[in-house]
Amino acid sequence: MSLRVEDLTVYYQTLRGDVRALESASFAMADGEIMGLAGESGCGKTTLSTSLILLVPPMKQMGGRVLLDDDELPISDVEAMNAYRFKEVSVIPQYAMNAMNPTRKIGRMASELLKSRGVDPKKALPELERRLDLVELNRKVLKMYPIELSGGMKQRMVMVLSTLMNPSLLLADEITSALDVSTQKAVARMLVEFRDREIVKSVIVITHDMSILYQIADTILIMYAGQLAEKASTKTIIHAPRHPYTKLLISSLPKVGAHHDESRLVGIPGKPPLLLDPPEGCRFRERCPEAHEACVKVPPFIEIELGHQVACWKVGGPHA
Amino acid sequence: MRRYFGRKLLIYLVTFFLAVTIDWMIPRFMPGNPVQNMLARASVRPEAAEAMYGYYTKAFGLDVPVWKQYLNFWVALFHGDLGTSVYLFPQPVSKVLRESIPYDIFLLLPAILLSWWAGNKFGAFAARTKRLDNTLLPIGYILTATPYMWLGILLAWAFGVVFDIFPIAGAYSFSMQPHWSWAFVWDVLKHWFLPFASLFLVGFGGWAIGMRNMIIYELEADYSHYMEALGAPRKLVRKYAFRNAILPQVTGLALQLGVIVAGALVTEVVFSYPGIGYLLLAAIQNQDYFLIQGCFLFIITGVLLANFLIDIVYVIVDPRIRRGMVGE
Repeated sequence: MSLRVEDLTVYYQTLRGDVRALESASFAMADGEIMGLAGESGCGKTTLSTSLILLVPPMKQMGGRVLLDDDELPISDVEAMNAYRFKEVSVIPQYAMNAMNPTRKIGRMASELLKSRGVDPKKALPELERRLDLVELNRKVLKMYPIELSGGMKQRMVMVLSTLMNPSLLLADEITSALDVSTQKAVARMLVEFRDREIVKSVIVITHDMSILYQIADTILIMYAGQLAEKASTKTIIHAPRHPYTKLLISSLPKVGAHHDESRLVGIPGKPPLLLDPPEGCRFRERCPEAHEACVKVPPFIEIELGHQVACWKVGGPHA
Repeated sequence: MRRYFGRKLLIYLVTFFLAVTIDWMIPRFMPGNPVQNMLARASVRPEAAEAMYGYYTKAFGLDVPVWKQYLNFWVALFHGDLGTSVYLFPQPVSKVLRESIPYDIFLLLPAILLSWWAGNKFGAFAARTKRLDNTLLPIGYILTATPYMWLGILLAWAFGVVFDIFPIAGAYSFSMQPHWSWAFVWDVLKHWFLPFASLFLVGFGGWAIGMRNMIIYELEADYSHYMEALGAPRKLVRKYAFRNAILPQVTGLALQLGVIVAGALVTEVVFSYPGIGYLLLAAIQNQDYFLIQGCFLFIITGVLLANFLIDIVYVIVDPRIRRGMVGE
């Protein structure tokens, strides 16, 4: 097991009270797994991934623990976590377009960063150049400032920077959102390539774009309003989802070959609850067509078959 | 690059021309007549006064039509001739200025540069350090909102009168003659300290506040968060933030220069410090056209030169400006 998250609960502390953005999340990832993390905006995807690398106020860990390669990550301890950042856990942030210091040449920034982490930049240079070739970036970019690069180039550059120390876990947050479709595909393919070459061991890909996940993810984890809903292999999630939310989510995606002039695409009626004071129990129950009285209690996230976990009273378990 | 500087240079030349023209006009629009003033002070007999009036008006070149005076002024300026002072007749204005300018540079340059440097360093240091931040903020706001001369008067009262540590008038003691000796240098420094301190403190407060706000903004920028996420030490993150936060401060310095020069004028008056400001006050009181022109010419040149220097510095420190120049 590369990554194991147990009962991880993270709240944002605000003046109006705790925003309960991540509620006792438990899941595991195998070595070499690319896991897609999907759900609507504000469902806690970024909270989950950020808490694995940079958990700073107003975020606060309320419970649970994270194990990476059987080593517990001190995610709440900003200083102690530094030893793991970049080397064990790394991130391609949502804001990759602005992630590089605008007034430093990229090469210089990279070497200053490496030096600060105790790596001799000169020794790392050949590897850095090899990686640039891998993502099809000209080696000259090291002599350039970030503003001289296009969006796609910056995205790839950050990808190379973030993975330079061969982290065990890579968090890729919305890496394709700002790119056009063909660049999206190229970047996604590079991510798989990085995994195949064992530059990174496992990857969490955060996106709301299910089609990208369909192409690159081995498994998909669906979140709703701070709770985990379902985790299964990509194929299962797309073709045989069990959680009512996943079912509605998948059915609201356009299908290849379908004619939507006859049957309109349907969405999910209603809105996700506010996480400042969320309802008790399953947070999807207000919009759920299958809700019943058991749903006022939080359903456990249980394995109904090998590698398929669902959090719903209607699915699996003794009631099924 | 050449086009950028060519255009900048043109703008500065036009500004210089307009500023000097206004500088020429303003004293001449003041009511009164400098020659009559001068004669009134000398209290000569009326019949002699008539002859002298004609003589001096001619000597100062005030007998020709105004447009011709203006042309003569530019011609003389290109020959390096700033005219003769009316108030300190018959000393040439250039000589009077030469005696004052060293005092000004000695006072202004350290005050401007040190307050900028120290304010930025301190502001960056105080940002995100809770206790310092809580004390710095109000003190900084009070300092920067203080008028230069008022702070000057307070300092003169406290350190000159109450504690009697520093002298409060002149550039050196009246009992001394300028010469090279430790005693004299020490005396000059003692006289220099209070005017310097009043300029320095006001500037310091402003820069520290500005830097504190800028660095907090930069520490919240995406590139800072990225560095933190990759475990970069606080020192490196702060270094990057400082380097980027300093850019607006450089612009601020350029904008502030004019204000500081004006502030120095009143400070010099408060401390009777024999710089340009003190000289200018005397010149205005005596309607000395030529001395006023000379003083303003120095200020105009100083502000424009400093701005031009800062343009160059900006090109060096900010790659984004360099890129903008290629695209022109």
